[in-house]
Amino acid sequence: MPSLPDMTTPNVEALAADARAPRPDPAETVPELKPALFEGLCRLGDSTLVLGHRLSEWCGKGPALEEDIALANIALDLIGHTQMWLGLAAEVEEAGRSADDLAYLRDAMRFRNLLLVELPNGDMARTLMRQFLFDAWHHEMLERLTGSDSARVAEIAVKALKEVRYHLERSSDLVIRLGDGTAESHRRMAGALDMLWPYTGEMFAGDGTDAALAEAGIAPDPASLHEAWHGIVTEVLEEATLGVPEGRADVQKGGRQGRHTEHLGYLLAEMQFLQRAYPGAEW
Amino acid sequence: MYAQMVKSEASNDDPGMLAAFQARIDRGDKIEPKEWMPEGYRKTLIRQISQHAHSEIVGQLPEGNWITRAPTLQRKAILLAKVQDEAGHGLYLYSAAETLGISRDEMFEQLHSGRAKYSSIFNYPTLTWADMGAVGWLVDGAAIMNQVPLQRTSYGPYSRAMIRICKEESFHQRQGYHIMMKMARGTEAQREMAQDALDRFWYPALMMFGPSDKDSVHSQQSMAWKIKINTNDELRQRFVNETVPQAEFLGLTVPDPELRWNPDKEGYDFSQPDWDEFFEVLKGNGPCNRERLGARVRAWEDGAWFREGLTAYADKAAQRRAGAATAAE
Ligand SMILES: [Fe+2]
Ligand SMILES: [Fe+2]
Repeated sequence: MPSLPDMTTPNVEALAADARAPRPDPAETVPELKPALFEGLCRLGDSTLVLGHRLSEWCGKGPALEEDIALANIALDLIGHTQMWLGLAAEVEEAGRSADDLAYLRDAMRFRNLLLVELPNGDMARTLMRQFLFDAWHHEMLERLTGSDSARVAEIAVKALKEVRYHLERSSDLVIRLGDGTAESHRRMAGALDMLWPYTGEMFAGDGTDAALAEAGIAPDPASLHEAWHGIVTEVLEEATLGVPEGRADVQKGGRQGRHTEHLGYLLAEMQFLQRAYPGAEW
Repeated sequence: MYAQMVKSEASNDDPGMLAAFQARIDRGDKIEPKEWMPEGYRKTLIRQISQHAHSEIVGQLPEGNWITRAPTLQRKAILLAKVQDEAGHGLYLYSAAETLGISRDEMFEQLHSGRAKYSSIFNYPTLTWADMGAVGWLVDGAAIMNQVPLQRTSYGPYSRAMIRICKEESFHQRQGYHIMMKMARGTEAQREMAQDALDRFWYPALMMFGPSDKDSVHSQQSMAWKIKINTNDELRQRFVNETVPQAEFLGLTVPDPELRWNPDKEGYDFSQPDWDEFFEVLKGNGPCNRERLGARVRAWEDGAWFREGLTAYADKAAQRRAGAATAAE
């Protein structure tokens, strides 16, 4: 039973100050939550890492100079988010690992990113469509995380959201323009959407980890993001004259539990090469 | 340099106009796009600025080669930011050239067809992570040597582009030198990579300034017009003077047995690079010419549908707006 304030001598100022003070951070005060929190942070950080890496593969090879710059810029934002998410994950884990250790020294089965982001870039249509489908989810997720009961999580979400707002604006705009551009650009965008759609359901499929984090007020239940995501996606795809696919969206899943496509292993082999070949070296 | 061998164009303009123009340059006036300029001045500038722009764009590739293998998140972010800057430099420079009456598409066409050149340095491969250090330290270092004086060039848009670019270049050089420092003071394997990178990039970096031009008529014209500020040899000497102590600080050896301090000239004596190799690289026979140009051409061709799609949408949107305006009347 929590002690009640003394009603007879109310210290209004102190009560007001108390009300303003942050609620106790469940990430720091509830030790049983730490495994789920570590897992949840890796899910966020691994998705931004893998997508940032994929975008960086475009370097110098984009269809226009402005596109090269924009893709590098988004990749840079996502690597920045990775540093924050995996940095916090490493702190929470308290096992002496750093964000770099998590990024460079885990094998595929320990990665927790969405399958969607590890798929190869394909042409620019696929890269942009993947970005749009992810951005729409990412934006909604971060917006919800800004209200997290964990101050640390909320703080990162606030920083990342500013950038992701721009990512979503840009990818929506390009999806509309290219969907409603030439017959060829429409054909490519439609093909990309068709190919990627079965991977989108994973973003909303919760498991026990998600339930624990939602219960503690740290992160939203993934299923609760679906309505907003579907709203944005429908609006943009319709304006793009592409329309929402009818097929099932929840076919390809497992990345968030460590069961990946064949593509992730190659991505990691490349990304982790130096850390693996020269263990312990500083760069 | 990023523009290594720019032939200046003769002018057939009215001698009185030419003299008045030269007087403006000598006074330190900036020439702006809409003002009269000799045809030779315009053509030489287009050639020089576009060559510089092409170098920025092709220059993304040797470093892009290591972004996906950068060893830490921080290094990955820094390298991404750097390469993004280079693309931005390309953008500023293409825009500056466009003010002289050539379109970006025309300049790309000249690059892709092989008629326009870019710096020879980007035709060398980046083989280890230490090359990211060597490129930032030496290649951006050489670029700074050339670009700092060009901030005072006579053509306004070019000068302003250089001012913006120079602000970013010092970060590029510092990040490169920092990588070299980590490598040179790291494990034995890292030190070996660092020395190897210096061995491979030293002479190609010296080539960046172009062959000696002290007796060249073209250079004299460009210098009179202040679109070239120093001779190639002056800049190369300055670069060597500045870089040798930096190499010593790293504990690395400059691969030149003739290198020694010459107190009489207050500078180092050093060996010239192999100029035959330089001309071969310019002709297309460097180690990576085909890959580099091929990558740019492929990017351009693969991206055609994307650019056409955006143009088609913009046209439709304009028609819709026009239609709506007519309907409203
Ligand atoms: Fe540059
Ligand atoms: Fe640079």
